[in-house]
Amino acid sequence: MDIIVLVKQVPATESLIEIAGDGLSIKTDAVKWVMNPYDEFAVEEAIRIREKEGGSVTVISAASDAGVKAKETLRVGLAMGADKAMLISDPAVAGCDGLGIARLLAAAVKDLPHDLIIAGQRAVDDDNYIVGQAVAENLKMPAVTLVVKEEIADGKIRCHRTVEGGTVVLEAPLPALITTQRGLNEPRYTSLPGIMKAKKKPIEEKSLADLGVDAADLAPKARILALKKPPDRTGGRIIEGESPAEKAQALVKALREEAKVI
Amino acid sequence: MSNGVLIIAEQQDGVFRKVTFEALSEGKRIAGEMGGGLKALVLGSNIGEMAPELAKYGADAILAADAPALANYVTDLYANVAARVIEAHQPAVVLMGATAQGRDLAARLAARLNAAIAMDCIALKVDSGDLVATRPMYGGKVLAEVGLSGAPRIAVIRPNAMDITASAGAGAVEPVDATAEESRLSVVEKHLETGKTELTEADVVVSGGRGMGGADYSIVEELADALGGAVGASRSAVDEGWRPHADQVGQTGKVVSPSLYVACGISGAIQHFAGMSSSRVIVAVNKDPDAPIFTKADYGIVGDLFEVVPEITKAVKTVKG
Repeated sequence: MDIIVLVKQVPATESLIEIAGDGLSIKTDAVKWVMNPYDEFAVEEAIRIREKEGGSVTVISAASDAGVKAKETLRVGLAMGADKAMLISDPAVAGCDGLGIARLLAAAVKDLPHDLIIAGQRAVDDDNYIVGQAVAENLKMPAVTLVVKEEIADGKIRCHRTVEGGTVVLEAPLPALITTQRGLNEPRYTSLPGIMKAKKKPIEEKSLADLGVDAADLAPKARILALKKPPDRTGGRIIEGESPAEKAQALVKALREEAKVI
Repeated sequence: MSNGVLIIAEQQDGVFRKVTFEALSEGKRIAGEMGGGLKALVLGSNIGEMAPELAKYGADAILAADAPALANYVTDLYANVAARVIEAHQPAVVLMGATAQGRDLAARLAARLNAAIAMDCIALKVDSGDLVATRPMYGGKVLAEVGLSGAPRIAVIRPNAMDITASAGAGAVEPVDATAEESRLSVVEKHLETGKTELTEADVVVSGGRGMGGADYSIVEELADALGGAVGASRSAVDEGWRPHADQVGQTGKVVSPSLYVACGISGAIQHFAGMSSSRVIVAVNKDPDAPIFTKADYGIVGDLFEVVPEITKAVKTVKG
């Protein structure tokens, strides 16, 4: 079973996000970068499948700036137990929208042996929910998104997909792509020997030309025009009262008469 | 040239999701500005009776893809039918709801049609003929204005973010080719709780956090019931195993925008704010007067939630009679 995992480096969710001077990007100096949490589930699941079925796990990422940050995340994947890593490194990546990134990733995957592709349901920076399903479409492959449980048997993958109000169980023939949902597994921590070993594993680098992708085909159709902060919420009123009952009644009165939400 | 707006309706067992009406109402407004009519596509099996309801929110034409194979949402079947309809009708804009189904279908369609896409939009505007979507990034810590070019442009709208406006449309139901080819995906089982208010669509959400101290959420559930709302949880409550993952509100859980959000025993980590800060009114109950949640809440009660929350429930029942 040859498994490809698509990973991305993102600001840790505890990061304060500030808008940069250009009004189009965020300030990156104070941000702590980590592997996208949904991609951690993806790497963990891939390693568990390989432990059972044999085969290989390859982590792939795309980056514009010689991939310094992306390489850190690929090394985390290797330290967790992935066998190989590939970085699509090209200045053109900077201008890509989700569909462009998906095209690059699909071009990279196409030339590698793959029975299963696992991606995070979304990256917690752009919150796009696009790349997984779009990679699958580019490879004309079935995909199941938001998977909390999977079982592989007889060349098929059976997936529990979370939907509003419950789960739906779907089956797809391999090769297939799945995206991860919280609850799929508990990602392992990287161990010191794992980290040391990961440092010795090579990261294969590919440019657009290597992948046979024309930069003109990556022109974004969705373009960020401006970033702004959401309206700031400031603390309101602390409801005082002699007893819990008195406070509760005053709150409900305010919700009904001032806020008009009850 | 603009060829109007197409919305893709979402229904489950004969009931439309609320976000479908939000998409129609927003679609009507966009069609009014860009020119062209508003069409709705509904896919399913035995949908003849429900389809006309879409005219109440302004649909000029209702395209019904009715076939037994479409009874359940399956990505490739729905994408095949929707792509064919989009190619035939050439809408300038395609709208659908940001649900498990809507996001999945929209991403597949965007890749197939090479169409500009914006996910989880909370506002849309037309600017010199272009569609500009406002959408949260970084878990709502930033709002991005995204310009979409080409045709069609796909905007996937977040539930509860846009108003529902009734407006009668001509709304004739037109059957469309529902042949979906063969699917490589098959639905084996469905485990769905019916009749439960979906967290992302609820008008009121009552959440419990670490302060709950255990898996007994009865006081939170009773308040949610009294308010006709849904129950949520903070990440720490989910990590403790007190509540299912599906209930988690926050940056790596669900994002909710109800009219009223009540946080019980939640200190207010930045990741939790990301999931609920777009709520209209926030109430916090916490025994720690210095809990960060009070810096964002419209109304706060400092006190023991086990004493305060049942009293709120009682007071709500009294005023609601």
